[in-house]
Amino acid sequence: MRITCPYCGARGLEEFTYRGDATVTRPSSIDARATEAWVDYVYLRDNPAGLHKEFWQHSAGCRAWLEVARDTTTHEIVAVELAAKER
Amino acid sequence: MRYSLASLLANALTGNKNWKPVWREPEPKRSYDVIIVGGGGHGLATAHYLAKEHGITNVAVIDKSYLGSGNVGRNTTIVRSNYLLPGNEPFYEWSLKLWEGLEQDLNYNAMVSQRGVLNVFHSDAQRDSFVRRGNAMRFHGADAELLDNDQVRALVPFVDLDNARFPIRGGLYQPRGGTVRHDAVVWGYARSADQRGVDVIQNCAATGFRVEKGRIVGIETEKGFIGAKKVALSVAGSSSRVGEMVGLRLPIESHVLQAFVTEGIKPLLDTVITFGAGHFYCSQSDKGGLVFGGDIDGYNTYAQRGNLPVVEDVAEGGMALIPAIGRLRILRSWGGLLDMSMDGSPIIDRTDIDGLYFNGGWCYGGFKATPAAGWCFAHLIATGQPHPYAAAYRFDRFASGRVIDEKGMGAQPNLH
Repeated sequence: MRITCPYCGARGLEEFTYRGDATVTRPSSIDARATEAWVDYVYLRDNPAGLHKEFWQHSAGCRAWLEVARDTTTHEIVAVELAAKER
Repeated sequence: MRYSLASLLANALTGNKNWKPVWREPEPKRSYDVIIVGGGGHGLATAHYLAKEHGITNVAVIDKSYLGSGNVGRNTTIVRSNYLLPGNEPFYEWSLKLWEGLEQDLNYNAMVSQRGVLNVFHSDAQRDSFVRRGNAMRFHGADAELLDNDQVRALVPFVDLDNARFPIRGGLYQPRGGTVRHDAVVWGYARSADQRGVDVIQNCAATGFRVEKGRIVGIETEKGFIGAKKVALSVAGSSSRVGEMVGLRLPIESHVLQAFVTEGIKPLLDTVITFGAGHFYCSQSDKGGLVFGGDIDGYNTYAQRGNLPVVEDVAEGGMALIPAIGRLRILRSWGGLLDMSMDGSPIIDRTDIDGLYFNGGWCYGGFKATPAAGWCFAHLIATGQPHPYAAAYRFDRFASGRVIDEKGMGAQPNLH
Protein backbone atom coordinates (compact mmCIF):
# COMPACT_ATOMS: atom_id res chain seq x y z
CA MET A 1 0.00 0.00 0.00
CA ARG A 2 1.33 3.43 -0.95
CA ILE A 3 -0.35 6.71 -0.08
CA THR A 4 0.07 9.81 -2.27
CA CYS A 5 0.69 12.64 0.17
CA PRO A 6 -0.39 16.01 -1.32
CA TYR A 7 2.95 17.49 -0.22
CA CYS A 8 5.42 14.60 -0.62
CA GLY A 9 4.03 12.42 -3.41
CA ALA A 10 3.55 8.63 -3.34
CA ARG A 11 5.20 7.18 -0.23
CA GLY A 12 5.31 3.73 1.40
CA LEU A 13 2.89 2.71 4.13
CA GLU A 14 5.67 2.56 6.74
CA GLU A 15 5.85 6.39 6.74
CA PHE A 16 2.25 6.77 7.83
CA THR A 17 0.37 6.38 11.11
CA TYR A 18 -3.25 5.32 11.17
CA ARG A 19 -5.89 7.08 13.26
CA GLY A 20 -9.11 5.52 12.04
CA ASP A 21 -12.61 6.41 10.87
CA ALA A 22 -12.85 10.02 9.61
CA THR A 23 -16.63 10.13 9.54
CA VAL A 24 -17.30 10.22 13.28
CA THR A 25 -17.99 13.68 14.72
CA ARG A 26 -16.63 14.84 18.03
CA PRO A 27 -19.52 16.18 20.15
CA SER A 28 -19.21 19.87 20.98
CA SER A 29 -21.06 19.55 24.28
CA ILE A 30 -19.49 18.40 27.55
CA ASP A 31 -22.96 18.23 29.11
CA ALA A 32 -23.56 14.91 30.91
CA ARG A 33 -26.68 14.49 28.79
CA ALA A 34 -24.42 14.22 25.74
CA THR A 35 -22.94 10.91 27.05
CA GLU A 36 -24.60 8.89 24.34
CA ALA A 37 -23.06 11.09 21.63
CA TRP A 38 -19.64 10.66 23.26
CA VAL A 39 -19.97 6.88 23.47
CA ASP A 40 -20.91 6.93 19.83
CA TYR A 41 -17.91 9.06 18.90
CA VAL A 42 -15.32 7.21 20.99
CA TYR A 43 -16.43 3.60 20.57
CA LEU A 44 -18.98 2.85 17.85
CA ARG A 45 -17.93 2.40 14.22
CA ASP A 46 -19.64 1.58 10.92
CA ASN A 47 -16.59 -0.53 9.98
CA PRO A 48 -17.68 -0.90 6.34
CA ALA A 49 -16.45 -3.57 3.91
CA GLY A 50 -15.77 -1.30 0.95
CA LEU A 51 -15.07 2.42 0.79
CA HIS A 52 -13.78 3.76 4.12
CA LYS A 53 -12.88 7.38 4.89
CA GLU A 54 -10.04 7.43 7.38
CA PHE A 55 -7.36 9.63 8.91
CA TRP A 56 -3.66 8.93 8.35
CA GLN A 57 -0.73 11.10 9.46
CA HIS A 58 2.40 11.32 7.34
CA SER A 59 4.33 10.93 10.58
CA ALA A 60 7.72 10.05 9.06
CA GLY A 61 7.37 12.75 6.39
CA CYS A 62 5.73 16.17 6.42
CA ARG A 63 3.55 15.23 9.43
CA ALA A 64 0.40 16.44 7.69
CA TRP A 65 -2.89 14.79 8.64
CA LEU A 66 -4.62 13.28 5.64
CA GLU A 67 -8.13 12.09 4.93
CA VAL A 68 -7.88 9.00 2.77
CA ALA A 69 -10.70 7.18 0.98
CA ARG A 70 -9.70 3.52 0.70
CA ASP A 71 -11.43 0.27 -0.21
CA THR A 72 -11.11 -2.06 2.78
CA THR A 73 -11.70 -5.14 0.64
CA THR A 74 -8.91 -4.44 -1.89
CA HIS A 75 -6.66 -1.84 -0.18
CA GLU A 76 -7.10 0.41 -3.25
CA ILE A 77 -6.66 4.07 -2.35
CA VAL A 78 -9.33 6.11 -4.11
CA ALA A 79 -8.64 9.65 -2.88
CA VAL A 80 -6.28 11.54 -0.57
CA GLU A 81 -6.81 15.07 0.69
CA LEU A 82 -5.61 17.19 3.56
CA ALA A 83 -7.64 16.65 6.74
CA ALA A 84 -7.36 20.39 7.45
CA LYS A 85 -9.63 21.30 4.54
CA GLU A 86 -12.58 23.66 4.96
CA ARG A 87 -15.47 21.72 6.46
CA MET B 1 -18.15 -44.24 15.74
CA ARG B 2 -16.22 -43.88 18.94
CA TYR B 3 -12.46 -43.66 18.38
CA SER B 4 -10.37 -46.05 20.42
CA LEU B 5 -7.35 -48.31 20.07
CA ALA B 6 -9.76 -51.11 19.12
CA SER B 7 -11.40 -49.05 16.35
CA LEU B 8 -7.98 -48.00 15.08
CA LEU B 9 -6.76 -51.59 14.94
CA ALA B 10 -9.97 -52.91 13.39
CA ASN B 11 -9.82 -50.31 10.63
CA ALA B 12 -6.12 -50.79 10.06
CA LEU B 13 -6.62 -54.53 9.62
CA THR B 14 -9.42 -53.96 7.09
CA GLY B 15 -7.33 -51.62 4.95
CA ASN B 16 -8.76 -48.38 6.35
CA LYS B 17 -11.66 -48.70 3.91
CA ASN B 18 -14.46 -48.50 6.45
CA TRP B 19 -13.95 -45.09 8.03
CA LYS B 20 -17.14 -43.04 7.79
CA PRO B 21 -17.47 -39.28 7.32
CA VAL B 22 -17.34 -37.73 10.77
CA TRP B 23 -20.35 -35.45 10.32
CA ARG B 24 -23.50 -35.44 8.20
CA GLU B 25 -24.24 -32.87 5.53
CA PRO B 26 -27.90 -32.15 6.26
CA GLU B 27 -30.27 -29.81 4.48
CA PRO B 28 -31.66 -27.14 6.83
CA LYS B 29 -34.93 -27.91 8.60
CA ARG B 30 -37.72 -25.30 8.56
CA SER B 31 -36.92 -24.12 12.04
CA TYR B 32 -34.66 -24.69 15.04
CA ASP B 33 -34.57 -23.75 18.69
CA VAL B 34 -31.17 -22.13 18.15
CA ILE B 35 -29.31 -21.13 15.00
CA ILE B 36 -25.65 -20.32 15.39
CA VAL B 37 -24.36 -18.12 12.58
CA GLY B 38 -20.69 -18.92 11.98
CA GLY B 39 -19.20 -22.42 11.90
CA GLY B 40 -15.77 -21.52 13.21
CA GLY B 41 -14.23 -22.86 16.40
CA HIS B 42 -16.41 -20.64 18.59
CA GLY B 43 -19.70 -21.44 16.82
CA LEU B 44 -19.09 -25.19 16.86
CA ALA B 45 -17.88 -25.13 20.47
CA THR B 46 -21.07 -23.27 21.37
CA ALA B 47 -23.14 -25.97 19.64
CA HIS B 48 -21.20 -28.73 21.42
CA TYR B 49 -21.71 -27.23 24.87
CA LEU B 50 -25.36 -26.33 24.16
CA ALA B 51 -25.99 -29.98 23.40
CA LYS B 52 -23.75 -31.53 26.03
CA GLU B 53 -24.14 -29.18 29.01
CA HIS B 54 -27.65 -27.83 28.44
CA GLY B 55 -29.39 -30.61 26.49
CA ILE B 56 -30.37 -28.26 23.65
CA THR B 57 -29.91 -30.28 20.46
CA ASN B 58 -32.44 -28.78 18.03
CA VAL B 59 -29.64 -26.54 16.82
CA ALA B 60 -28.17 -25.55 13.46
CA VAL B 61 -24.73 -24.10 12.83
CA ILE B 62 -24.57 -22.34 9.47
CA ASP B 63 -21.44 -21.14 7.71
CA LYS B 64 -20.93 -19.34 4.42
CA SER B 65 -18.05 -21.65 3.47
CA TYR B 66 -16.57 -24.99 4.52
CA LEU B 67 -15.60 -25.79 8.10
CA GLY B 68 -12.15 -24.58 9.03
CA SER B 69 -11.97 -22.07 6.17
CA GLY B 70 -11.95 -18.98 8.37
CA ASN B 71 -9.98 -17.72 11.34
CA VAL B 72 -9.86 -21.09 13.09
CA GLY B 73 -7.47 -22.20 10.35
CA ARG B 74 -5.55 -18.92 10.21
CA ASN B 75 -4.18 -18.52 13.73
CA THR B 76 -0.85 -19.59 15.23
CA THR B 77 -2.46 -22.27 17.46
CA ILE B 78 -1.17 -20.95 20.79
CA VAL B 79 -3.13 -21.48 24.00
CA ARG B 80 -2.29 -19.75 27.29
CA SER B 81 -3.93 -17.96 30.21
CA ASN B 82 -1.36 -15.31 31.06
CA TYR B 83 -3.72 -12.37 31.49
CA LEU B 84 -3.62 -9.64 34.10
CA LEU B 85 -7.08 -8.17 34.66
CA PRO B 86 -9.80 -9.73 36.85
CA GLY B 87 -12.34 -9.57 33.98
CA ASN B 88 -10.03 -11.65 31.78
CA GLU B 89 -7.91 -14.07 33.79
CA PRO B 90 -10.63 -16.37 35.23
CA PHE B 91 -12.13 -16.71 31.74
CA TYR B 92 -8.86 -17.62 30.03
CA GLU B 93 -7.85 -19.95 32.86
CA TRP B 94 -11.17 -21.77 32.47
CA SER B 95 -10.45 -21.98 28.76
CA LEU B 96 -7.04 -23.55 29.44
CA LYS B 97 -8.67 -26.07 31.80
CA LEU B 98 -11.15 -26.98 29.06
CA TRP B 99 -8.25 -27.38 26.59
CA GLU B 100 -6.64 -29.79 29.04
CA GLY B 101 -9.70 -32.05 28.99
CA LEU B 102 -10.75 -31.38 25.40
CA GLU B 103 -9.59 -34.59 23.75
CA GLN B 104 -11.34 -36.80 26.31
CA ASP B 105 -14.45 -34.62 26.12
CA LEU B 106 -14.60 -34.80 22.31
CA ASN B 107 -13.07 -38.28 21.85
CA TYR B 108 -10.88 -36.62 19.25
CA ASN B 109 -7.13 -36.11 18.96
CA ALA B 110 -6.65 -32.33 18.90
CA MET B 111 -2.91 -32.66 19.56
CA VAL B 112 -3.07 -30.54 22.71
CA SER B 113 0.58 -29.95 23.56
CA GLN B 114 1.34 -28.21 26.85
CA ARG B 115 4.84 -27.25 25.86
CA GLY B 116 4.83 -24.00 27.85
CA VAL B 117 4.71 -20.33 26.90
CA LEU B 118 7.72 -18.14 27.70
CA ASN B 119 7.53 -14.33 27.63
CA VAL B 120 11.02 -12.83 27.91
CA PHE B 121 11.64 -9.41 29.46
CA HIS B 122 14.44 -6.95 28.89
CA SER B 123 14.46 -4.36 31.68
CA ASP B 124 13.78 -3.92 35.39
CA ALA B 125 10.51 -2.12 34.68
CA GLN B 126 9.34 -4.88 32.39
CA ARG B 127 10.34 -7.47 35.00
CA ASP B 128 8.16 -5.66 37.55
CA SER B 129 5.19 -5.68 35.23
CA PHE B 130 5.70 -9.39 34.44
CA VAL B 131 5.95 -10.19 38.16
CA ARG B 132 2.65 -8.40 38.67
CA ARG B 133 1.08 -10.36 35.82
CA GLY B 134 2.45 -13.65 37.15
CA ASN B 135 1.05 -12.91 40.61
CA ALA B 136 -2.34 -12.02 39.12
CA MET B 137 -2.32 -15.34 37.27
CA ARG B 138 -1.47 -17.28 40.43
CA PHE B 139 -4.19 -15.48 42.41
CA HIS B 140 -6.65 -16.92 39.91
CA GLY B 141 -5.26 -20.44 40.12
CA ALA B 142 -3.17 -20.37 36.94
CA ASP B 143 0.48 -21.37 36.85
CA ALA B 144 3.28 -18.87 36.38
CA GLU B 145 7.01 -19.04 37.03
CA LEU B 146 9.53 -16.24 36.97
CA LEU B 147 12.72 -17.43 35.27
CA ASP B 148 16.12 -15.83 35.61
CA ASN B 149 18.60 -15.68 32.76
CA ASP B 150 20.19 -19.04 33.44
CA GLN B 151 16.79 -20.71 33.41
CA VAL B 152 15.90 -18.98 30.14
CA ARG B 153 19.23 -20.13 28.68
CA ALA B 154 18.57 -23.70 29.78
CA LEU B 155 15.13 -23.64 28.15
CA VAL B 156 16.00 -21.90 24.87
CA PRO B 157 19.80 -21.85 24.50
CA PHE B 158 19.71 -20.37 20.99
CA VAL B 159 18.08 -17.03 21.89
CA ASP B 160 20.21 -13.89 21.83
CA LEU B 161 20.40 -13.24 25.58
CA ASP B 162 23.14 -10.66 25.24
CA ASN B 163 21.61 -8.65 22.41
CA ALA B 164 23.31 -5.23 22.52
CA ARG B 165 20.06 -3.29 22.26
CA PHE B 166 17.58 -5.57 24.06
CA PRO B 167 19.47 -7.95 26.37
CA ILE B 168 17.19 -10.57 27.95
CA ARG B 169 16.89 -10.30 31.75
CA GLY B 170 14.61 -13.29 32.35
CA GLY B 171 11.16 -14.51 31.51
CA LEU B 172 7.66 -15.25 32.72
CA TYR B 173 6.88 -18.89 31.99
CA GLN B 174 3.52 -20.64 31.95
CA PRO B 175 4.26 -24.38 31.71
CA ARG B 176 0.59 -25.30 31.09
CA GLY B 177 0.38 -23.10 28.00
CA GLY B 178 1.21 -24.52 24.60
CA THR B 179 -0.28 -25.28 21.22
CA VAL B 180 -3.27 -27.18 19.84
CA ARG B 181 -3.82 -28.37 16.30
CA HIS B 182 -6.37 -25.80 15.12
CA ASP B 183 -8.02 -27.84 12.32
CA ALA B 184 -8.56 -30.74 14.69
CA VAL B 185 -10.33 -28.40 17.10
CA VAL B 186 -12.95 -27.45 14.54
CA TRP B 187 -13.30 -31.03 13.29
CA GLY B 188 -13.57 -32.39 16.80
CA TYR B 189 -16.24 -29.92 17.89
CA ALA B 190 -18.16 -30.39 14.61
CA ARG B 191 -18.12 -34.19 15.01
CA SER B 192 -19.22 -34.02 18.62
CA ALA B 193 -22.03 -31.53 17.93
CA ASP B 194 -23.18 -33.56 14.93
CA GLN B 195 -23.26 -36.78 16.96
CA ARG B 196 -25.50 -35.04 19.49
CA GLY B 197 -27.98 -34.05 16.76
CA VAL B 198 -26.80 -30.58 15.77
CA ASP B 199 -27.14 -29.81 12.04
CA VAL B 200 -23.87 -28.39 10.70
CA ILE B 201 -24.77 -26.65 7.43
CA GLN B 202 -21.84 -25.58 5.29
CA ASN B 203 -21.79 -23.27 2.26
CA CYS B 204 -24.96 -21.49 3.37
CA ALA B 205 -24.37 -17.79 4.04
CA ALA B 206 -26.76 -15.76 6.15
CA THR B 207 -28.18 -12.96 4.01
CA GLY B 208 -30.57 -11.30 6.44
CA PHE B 209 -32.42 -11.52 9.72
CA ARG B 210 -36.15 -11.45 10.35
CA VAL B 211 -37.24 -9.48 13.42
CA GLU B 212 -40.87 -9.12 14.47
CA LYS B 213 -41.94 -6.83 17.33
CA GLY B 214 -38.39 -6.59 18.62
CA ARG B 215 -37.87 -10.33 18.64
CA ILE B 216 -35.81 -12.47 16.27
CA VAL B 217 -37.90 -15.08 14.43
CA GLY B 218 -35.37 -16.48 11.98
CA ILE B 219 -32.74 -15.82 9.40
CA GLU B 220 -32.64 -15.52 5.63
CA THR B 221 -29.99 -17.69 4.03
CA GLU B 222 -28.81 -18.78 0.60
CA LYS B 223 -30.99 -21.86 1.17
CA GLY B 224 -34.08 -19.85 2.10
CA PHE B 225 -35.67 -18.72 5.36
CA ILE B 226 -34.96 -20.75 8.50
CA GLY B 227 -37.05 -20.06 11.58
CA ALA B 228 -35.41 -19.86 15.01
CA LYS B 229 -36.38 -19.09 18.59
CA LYS B 230 -32.86 -17.84 19.24
CA VAL B 231 -30.06 -16.74 16.95
CA ALA B 232 -26.43 -16.55 18.06
CA LEU B 233 -23.86 -14.59 16.08
CA SER B 234 -20.37 -16.04 16.22
CA VAL B 235 -18.67 -14.42 13.25
CA ALA B 236 -15.63 -12.61 14.66
CA GLY B 237 -13.75 -10.88 11.87
CA SER B 238 -17.00 -10.07 10.10
CA SER B 239 -19.15 -9.06 13.06
CA SER B 240 -19.83 -5.56 11.73
CA ARG B 241 -20.79 -6.87 8.30
CA VAL B 242 -23.22 -9.42 9.71
CA GLY B 243 -24.37 -7.09 12.50
CA GLU B 244 -25.25 -4.42 9.96
CA MET B 245 -27.89 -6.77 8.49
CA VAL B 246 -29.79 -6.56 11.76
CA GLY B 247 -28.95 -2.96 12.64
CA LEU B 248 -26.15 -3.62 15.16
CA ARG B 249 -23.52 -0.87 15.24
CA LEU B 250 -20.58 -2.29 17.16
CA PRO B 251 -17.50 -1.02 19.06
CA ILE B 252 -15.38 -2.99 16.60
CA GLU B 253 -13.02 -2.40 13.68
CA SER B 254 -11.92 -5.22 11.37
CA HIS B 255 -8.14 -5.57 11.10
CA VAL B 256 -5.71 -8.13 9.70
CA LEU B 257 -3.05 -10.15 11.55
CA GLN B 258 -0.37 -11.84 9.49
CA ALA B 259 1.34 -15.12 10.31
CA PHE B 260 4.27 -16.96 8.77
CA VAL B 261 5.73 -20.44 8.58
CA THR B 262 9.23 -21.49 7.57
CA GLU B 263 10.47 -24.63 5.89
CA GLY B 264 10.52 -27.65 8.17
CA ILE B 265 13.62 -28.26 10.27
CA LYS B 266 14.63 -30.76 12.94
CA PRO B 267 13.33 -30.10 16.48
CA LEU B 268 14.66 -26.76 17.69
CA LEU B 269 12.04 -24.97 19.73
CA ASP B 270 10.09 -27.09 22.22
CA THR B 271 8.12 -24.24 23.79
CA VAL B 272 6.34 -21.08 22.69
CA ILE B 273 8.50 -17.99 23.00
CA THR B 274 7.63 -14.30 22.77
CA PHE B 275 9.94 -11.31 22.42
CA GLY B 276 9.35 -8.57 24.98
CA ALA B 277 10.96 -5.62 23.23
CA GLY B 278 9.07 -5.82 19.97
CA HIS B 279 6.16 -7.97 19.01
CA PHE B 280 7.20 -11.44 17.90
CA TYR B 281 6.04 -14.88 18.98
CA CYS B 282 7.16 -18.24 17.71
CA SER B 283 6.57 -21.97 18.09
CA GLN B 284 7.58 -25.01 16.08
CA SER B 285 4.89 -27.08 14.41
CA ASP B 286 4.90 -30.86 14.46
CA LYS B 287 5.88 -30.78 10.78
CA GLY B 288 9.00 -28.84 11.80
CA GLY B 289 8.23 -25.38 10.47
CA LEU B 290 8.67 -22.40 12.74
CA VAL B 291 5.30 -20.66 13.02
CA PHE B 292 5.49 -17.01 13.98
CA GLY B 293 3.80 -13.63 13.87
CA GLY B 294 3.79 -10.18 15.36
CA ASP B 295 1.66 -7.06 15.38
CA ILE B 296 -1.56 -6.48 13.51
CA ASP B 297 -1.22 -4.31 10.41
CA GLY B 298 -3.19 -1.58 12.15
CA TYR B 299 -5.73 -0.28 9.66
CA ASN B 300 -9.30 -1.29 8.83
CA THR B 301 -9.38 -4.12 6.31
CA TYR B 302 -11.42 -7.09 5.16
CA ALA B 303 -8.80 -8.24 2.63
CA GLN B 304 -7.38 -11.27 4.55
CA ARG B 305 -3.89 -10.17 3.55
CA GLY B 306 -1.47 -7.62 4.96
CA ASN B 307 1.30 -5.33 3.80
CA LEU B 308 5.08 -5.46 3.79
CA PRO B 309 5.99 -3.06 6.66
CA VAL B 310 4.63 -5.56 9.20
CA VAL B 311 6.44 -8.43 7.44
CA GLU B 312 9.68 -6.48 7.89
CA ASP B 313 8.86 -5.67 11.51
CA VAL B 314 8.12 -9.31 12.35
CA ALA B 315 11.33 -10.45 10.62
CA GLU B 316 13.34 -7.90 12.61
CA GLY B 317 11.77 -9.09 15.86
CA GLY B 318 12.58 -12.68 14.95
CA MET B 319 16.20 -11.84 14.15
CA ALA B 320 16.61 -9.93 17.42
CA LEU B 321 15.33 -12.86 19.50
CA ILE B 322 16.55 -15.90 17.53
CA PRO B 323 19.36 -14.87 15.15
CA ALA B 324 19.46 -18.39 13.65
CA ILE B 325 16.01 -17.80 12.18
CA GLY B 326 17.72 -15.78 9.45
CA ARG B 327 19.01 -19.04 7.97
CA LEU B 328 15.49 -20.24 7.27
CA ARG B 329 13.26 -19.50 4.32
CA ILE B 330 9.65 -18.45 4.84
CA LEU B 331 7.39 -20.89 3.05
CA ARG B 332 4.04 -19.25 3.49
CA SER B 333 2.41 -16.21 4.99
CA TRP B 334 -1.26 -15.44 5.40
CA GLY B 335 -3.64 -13.03 7.07
CA GLY B 336 -6.69 -13.50 9.25
CA LEU B 337 -9.44 -10.98 9.88
CA LEU B 338 -9.90 -9.76 13.42
CA ASP B 339 -12.71 -8.07 15.26
CA MET B 340 -10.60 -5.43 17.03
CA SER B 341 -12.77 -4.14 19.84
CA MET B 342 -12.13 -0.66 21.16
CA ASP B 343 -10.65 -1.83 24.48
CA GLY B 344 -8.95 -4.98 23.20
CA SER B 345 -11.34 -7.36 25.00
CA PRO B 346 -14.19 -9.50 23.70
CA ILE B 347 -17.99 -9.31 23.94
CA ILE B 348 -20.32 -12.19 24.87
CA ASP B 349 -23.72 -10.66 25.48
CA ARG B 350 -27.38 -10.28 24.64
CA THR B 351 -28.36 -7.63 22.11
CA ASP B 352 -31.27 -5.18 22.16
CA ILE B 353 -33.22 -7.63 19.98
CA ASP B 354 -34.91 -10.39 21.99
CA GLY B 355 -33.44 -13.79 21.19
CA LEU B 356 -30.37 -12.43 19.40
CA TYR B 357 -27.04 -13.11 21.08
CA PHE B 358 -23.57 -11.90 20.19
CA ASN B 359 -20.08 -13.38 20.55
CA GLY B 360 -17.26 -11.37 18.99
CA GLY B 361 -14.59 -8.73 19.43
CA TRP B 362 -11.90 -11.37 20.01
CA CYS B 363 -9.07 -9.23 18.66
CA TYR B 364 -6.03 -11.46 18.03
CA GLY B 365 -6.86 -13.85 20.91
CA GLY B 366 -9.86 -15.82 19.74
CA PHE B 367 -8.26 -19.23 19.26
CA LYS B 368 -7.11 -19.79 22.84
CA ALA B 369 -10.57 -18.69 24.00
CA THR B 370 -12.46 -21.20 21.84
CA PRO B 371 -13.60 -23.67 24.54
CA ALA B 372 -14.48 -21.08 27.18
CA ALA B 373 -16.17 -18.80 24.66
CA GLY B 374 -18.31 -21.73 23.52
CA TRP B 375 -18.98 -22.71 27.14
CA CYS B 376 -19.99 -19.20 28.25
CA PHE B 377 -21.91 -18.38 25.06
CA ALA B 378 -23.88 -21.64 25.36
CA HIS B 379 -24.65 -20.76 28.98
CA LEU B 380 -25.91 -17.31 27.94
CA ILE B 381 -28.07 -18.71 25.14
CA ALA B 382 -29.51 -21.51 27.28
CA THR B 383 -30.17 -19.56 30.49
CA GLY B 384 -30.40 -15.95 29.32
CA GLN B 385 -27.85 -15.03 31.97
CA PRO B 386 -24.17 -14.22 31.41
CA HIS B 387 -21.79 -16.88 32.69
CA PRO B 388 -19.79 -15.60 35.70
CA TYR B 389 -16.48 -16.07 33.83
CA ALA B 390 -17.71 -13.84 30.99
CA ALA B 391 -19.70 -11.42 33.14
CA ALA B 392 -17.39 -8.53 32.25
CA TYR B 393 -17.68 -9.06 28.49
CA ARG B 394 -20.77 -6.87 28.06
CA PHE B 395 -21.75 -4.27 25.50
CA ASP B 396 -22.56 -1.70 28.18
CA ARG B 397 -19.01 -1.59 29.55
CA PHE B 398 -18.09 1.05 26.99
CA ALA B 399 -20.84 3.48 28.05
CA SER B 400 -20.37 2.75 31.76
CA GLY B 401 -16.58 3.12 31.67
CA ARG B 402 -15.88 -0.45 32.85
CA VAL B 403 -13.69 -1.21 29.86
CA ILE B 404 -11.20 -4.10 30.10
CA ASP B 405 -8.10 -2.48 28.72
CA GLU B 406 -5.54 -5.26 29.25
CA LYS B 407 -2.75 -3.22 27.68
CA GLY B 408 -3.80 0.19 29.04
CA MET B 409 -3.84 1.74 25.60
CA GLY B 410 -7.16 3.58 25.38
CA ALA B 411 -9.93 3.37 22.84
CA GLN B 412 -7.93 2.82 19.69
CA PRO B 413 -7.90 -0.70 18.28
CA ASN B 414 -4.59 -0.53 16.44
CA LEU B 415 -2.74 0.17 19.71
CA HIS B 416 -3.94 -2.99 21.47
